[in-house]
Amino acid sequence: MADDVRALSAQLAQDPQSLVFLRLAEALRRKGQLDAALRVALNGLERHPHLADAHDLYARVLTDKHDYERAFDEWDMALRIAPNHTGALKGLAFLYFKVGDLQQAETHLELAQRVEPDDPSITQAIEMVRGGASPPSPHPVLAAEPSEAAAAAPALDESRVFAGLEGAQEGLVLLDAAGRVLGGALRSPAGADVTDAVAAYLAGVSQEAARSAKLLGLGAWSGLSAEGKHGNVHVSQPSKDALLLVVRDRGVPLGRLAILAQRATGMAKRWLDKQ
Amino acid sequence: MNHTLDLVTRVRGVRGAMIVSADDGLVVAEQLMEGIQGSAVAALEAGLAGRLRRAMEAAGIGASVFWHLQADQGTLLVVPAASGMLVVAVAEPDVNIGLVRLELLRAGEAIA
Repeated sequence: MADDVRALSAQLAQDPQSLVFLRLAEALRRKGQLDAALRVALNGLERHPHLADAHDLYARVLTDKHDYERAFDEWDMALRIAPNHTGALKGLAFLYFKVGDLQQAETHLELAQRVEPDDPSITQAIEMVRGGASPPSPHPVLAAEPSEAAAAAPALDESRVFAGLEGAQEGLVLLDAAGRVLGGALRSPAGADVTDAVAAYLAGVSQEAARSAKLLGLGAWSGLSAEGKHGNVHVSQPSKDALLLVVRDRGVPLGRLAILAQRATGMAKRWLDKQ
Repeated sequence: MNHTLDLVTRVRGVRGAMIVSADDGLVVAEQLMEGIQGSAVAALEAGLAGRLRRAMEAAGIGASVFWHLQADQGTLLVVPAASGMLVVAVAEPDVNIGLVRLELLRAGEAIA
């Protein structure tokens, strides 16, 4: 298996855009090298944010690291991209079982069974849930081994606040109160980097929004959505001194944009907490 | 102008509406609930609208045609009209935003 990891690492190094990261991260995960698997999965996800398998893989690693909340988000995202993704359905069933929601666990397993009726592991899991026993982890991990491949995995850049999130390098930006960029980047539809210009104009929006909401007796503001002629934006406040801007083309309606923004806000909050 | 605002305030959940001059932040017409300081809100909305417009133009997605500010106890909805006016509505948090948006756009066309 160590040879597999070396060979896959070499392949990925030769062609970073290839999907070989899926096999490499899975191989690392199965060896119990979870930090290395996480780095490979995250880097792959950055390059392939619309790939359901990449979200599924990332969720598996997160589950192994007992980060169930983020794993849930990733499997949820995988299903939004590919509603019949059995890996995500099984993964969510496992998480639902863990929180005691047997009905949801069974429902997700039944959906998976409809897609893959001949998969005996799904049938077995359904029987276990109905019997009140925990279904097996959808993706078991082998015993941990020394991390000889960790160095081969690309390093995770901590400044990538939104690593793995759709549009992280073109439609998301996190600012401090003075309009300085903390993470993410914005590109105009023509491809120009507009991060700093937009950041400068947005500095101060938070205070004005707060004053408007106060004067109108609306309480604390939670979000500002705007529809433009060629795109939509959503501004939120992940912390008192930070602003998050999400920009998408008009094909992404304001409601969906708000969901994306909520997800990005959660990631930004976690990142800010770490700082 | 008041008839135009009627289009907006008749929507269930809308607490009040006003038309604001985007350039100087002055109230042109208003139908607001008691206790809301229309002139102060108008000045702030004009400032916020201007900042948002510049940010959106810098992002290359053009000026805003509609925006709304969500807050714990209500929401503020704004349509910049072609005439340089802002049509503003203040509403309950659970208002039908799509419906208010439509009426604000109609009101914006009416005063253009």
